[in-house]
Amino acid sequence: MNGIHDMGGMHGFGEIPDIDGPEPFQHGWQRRIFAVNFAIGGLGLWNIDMSRAEMEATPPDEYLAGDDYFRRFLLRLERLAVKHALVSPTELATGLGSEPPRAGLNAINPQQVATMVRKGSSSMRPSNRQARFKVGDRVRALRINPVTHTRLPRYVRGCEGVIELVQGVHVFPDASVLGKDDPQWLYSVLFDGVGVWGKDAEPGLEIVVDAFEPYLEAA
Amino acid sequence: MSEHDHHHHDHDHDDDHSHLSETELRVRALESILVGKGYVDPEALEAILQTYEEKVGPRNGARVVARAWSDPQFMEWLQRDSTAAIASMDYTGRQGEHIVALFNTPEVHNVVVCTLCSCYPWPVLGLPPAWYKSAAYRSRIVIEPRKVLAEFGLTLPDETKVRVWDSTSEMRYIVIPMRPAGTERWSVEQLEELVIRDSMIGVRLANSPEATESTITNWSTSNAR
Repeated sequence: MNGIHDMGGMHGFGEIPDIDGPEPFQHGWQRRIFAVNFAIGGLGLWNIDMSRAEMEATPPDEYLAGDDYFRRFLLRLERLAVKHALVSPTELATGLGSEPPRAGLNAINPQQVATMVRKGSSSMRPSNRQARFKVGDRVRALRINPVTHTRLPRYVRGCEGVIELVQGVHVFPDASVLGKDDPQWLYSVLFDGVGVWGKDAEPGLEIVVDAFEPYLEAA
Repeated sequence: MSEHDHHHHDHDHDDDHSHLSETELRVRALESILVGKGYVDPEALEAILQTYEEKVGPRNGARVVARAWSDPQFMEWLQRDSTAAIASMDYTGRQGEHIVALFNTPEVHNVVVCTLCSCYPWPVLGLPPAWYKSAAYRSRIVIEPRKVLAEFGLTLPDETKVRVWDSTSEMRYIVIPMRPAGTERWSVEQLEELVIRDSMIGVRLANSPEATESTITNWSTSNAR
């Protein structure tokens, strides 16, 4: 979707904040929401594309409020928890669990945490599909404006670039958010700054965007 | 100043009930309800935090870079198949199943962002710094990188191209900074100390030997840098 999250090229956000700030957490509650989010993700109720789509659906004023990444995590997790009937709105409002839990969901334990960290969750999928493009091919990013989740940022749509890397076949986010892998060839596409931003682009600027085959046409 | 230790204290200001923010209250409520219903195991939360506060951090990436600088065979492997080379050092898994190493040269300076969210190569760099996830960085680095780099104290020659990698897929990127001059006989351990986190994102260069003394003071108190 053409949401507030799609920020590449926007003006007005000012200086980079807190360049040498405390990391990775600046407040204790951020540690908690990070860990809780990770643990709940382990229940397998949604995939990463669904969780990103939910983040993108945050109302713009809430998304930008305080420019606080972990606060956005909190808001998203509250919404997902309600959507997936893990908690009720009343329970959230009162801060007290009052209803019985959903059956059949098992909390992940520390051993499972270690496995999740060590193994990850590769997006690559086996495929017999032939890649449509190869390194060096000139391509154009399509002008698409789906209302659902996509990973083609607005700032390169309609722009011409060159295939820099062929990255294999991966789960296609636009479909995965709807529950299907629909694996597609993935390419790193090199765009010249002038082609993206116009003649006043910073000199010597190049931008590489990872684009799935359905985002591209031959140029 | 490092505030790295403050969240290990039991009684930092966050616990002063007289000004617990609304956000903190909601986080506590949510955690309490989810734990109470059996969806979340508190020991799992501790394991998660221990992993990303103590075990996984940018020292991993520094070891990759220092080894590449020291060992031509490893450098060649890193160029040919970054994922495998980095995985051979046990740096793989969540948010780093597929890692591409980007080699800075005098001709091309690489810098990494995720304009759409916060994608970052966790196995080699740990969790991203807050600024990496800020609206300012996400919006500006793809359109005015030199101005952004200047805020980090980095000015590149006009002849050097700036190549910004937007992590829009599950591919993850680590910048391999150029080896600083004057380090020809340095050991791998000494070289690791030069490789600051920001040099592997691409907003700063690796430290030079002259900067080493202040660097050692900083990172010995914080794995996060």
